[in-house]
Amino acid sequence: MDTTRKIQMNVNGTSYSDEIDVRTTLVDFLRVNCGLTGTHVGCEHGVCGACTILWNGNAVRSCIMLAVQADGSEISTVEGLAPGSELHPIQQAFMEEHGLQCGFCTPGFMMSIYEMISRNPDPSDEEIKDVLGGQICRCTGYQTIFKAVRSAIDKMAAANKSAAQG
Amino acid sequence: MKPPSFEYADPKSLDDAVRLLEEHEFEAKILSGGQSLMPLLNMRLARPELLIDLAKIPDLDHVREEAGTLVVGGMARQRALELSPIVRERFPLVYDATMHIAHPQNRNQGTVGGSIAHADPAAELPALVMVTDAEIVATGPDGARTIAADEFFVTYLTTSMEGAEILTEVRIPALGPSTGHSLQELARRHGDFALAGAMATVTLAGGGTIESGRLVLFGVGATPIRARDAEQLLAGEKPSDALFEAVAAKAAAELDEPLSDVHASAEYRRSLAGVMAKRALAEATARAAV
Repeated sequence: MDTTRKIQMNVNGTSYSDEIDVRTTLVDFLRVNCGLTGTHVGCEHGVCGACTILWNGNAVRSCIMLAVQADGSEISTVEGLAPGSELHPIQQAFMEEHGLQCGFCTPGFMMSIYEMISRNPDPSDEEIKDVLGGQICRCTGYQTIFKAVRSAIDKMAAANKSAAQG
Repeated sequence: MKPPSFEYADPKSLDDAVRLLEEHEFEAKILSGGQSLMPLLNMRLARPELLIDLAKIPDLDHVREEAGTLVVGGMARQRALELSPIVRERFPLVYDATMHIAHPQNRNQGTVGGSIAHADPAAELPALVMVTDAEIVATGPDGARTIAADEFFVTYLTTSMEGAEILTEVRIPALGPSTGHSLQELARRHGDFALAGAMATVTLAGGGTIESGRLVLFGVGATPIRARDAEQLLAGEKPSDALFEAVAAKAAAELDEPLSDVHASAEYRRSLAGVMAKRALAEATARAAV
């Protein structure tokens, strides 16, 4: 039984460790302790999806997960999407298709979409809508986000094909 | 919107978890997937002194079939049900119910045992275990005991588990032969808690008459509600719109006053429960006939 804990996790391939209050949520650990402010804090009860990150490859709400629950885990955040100075195909597609306006919800959308495409590179429209249904955007009206997902899927499939041929 | 202070324990065995729970029964809460508990903590509607996280206990997250029964560990993630080929092929009602729980991003973290133990009357898994006559295994200081789903839900967010018991397994029987199923619910948005919902199974006898049916309404009372009296009207009857209408109307009429809140009035919920029940009975019957 502890009120503080020393925890360690790999975030986008980099190890972070710190001694924290056990009540610290994962999103606050990422933002405050790791300095990774790309993950946003919205509703803080697991509904809006702005804080969605990947926990061992699974998209979860980091506002309703304790940092201690992620001790020893692999975490991916929006900062890890682009390998270098080039945008990830999901980011490129959001830009081209106007999948964002204010951008507050975008990191969560991108991580949910990334998980979906990782599981299934060729999802149906229904599957895409099921995943997007778990994220709230108050600007775009979702149609442009949907188009961005379709565009990202095409970009990633084309990249895989040329990689396989190359 | 941040959790209050608490102590945290992540016992490595079920025995240790039960012992901790026994020592701190009135001050402790079990943390499984956290999809209901963490919002309650963030909003400070719950202020436990101790959180007992079950994540480090081995062998609590299985999903397997044993002699026609789906056996699911309390800590199995809801997403594990969704992604299980066994569930998809052999337990279609379990699959349907799972796909109606919130969103993939919640199902990745939310657990089967957590949802059932939390006992939200509008949630899908409590209604599922009622309509399938499932069994729930609770493990406490005196070992494990099996509780019939019918005996499990007491009232809002309250079950018949003792204070130092932990939900460790759920056993859901497969639907029998010539049996169809249906889940119907209305929510403002897919993934929201249902304003009202119904789950039904219908078994056909030879000659196209109904042998038996089961009907559970959810989101319209303090627990999921098995409409036993209304179900009786089905046995021996030929399926018809009028029959389903009569059964659904009886089930809706016999509800205690449903919840009235900002989302829907009690009157609307009762009316909606009847509509959902009728649709569920019709679809379950149509599927049984295939």
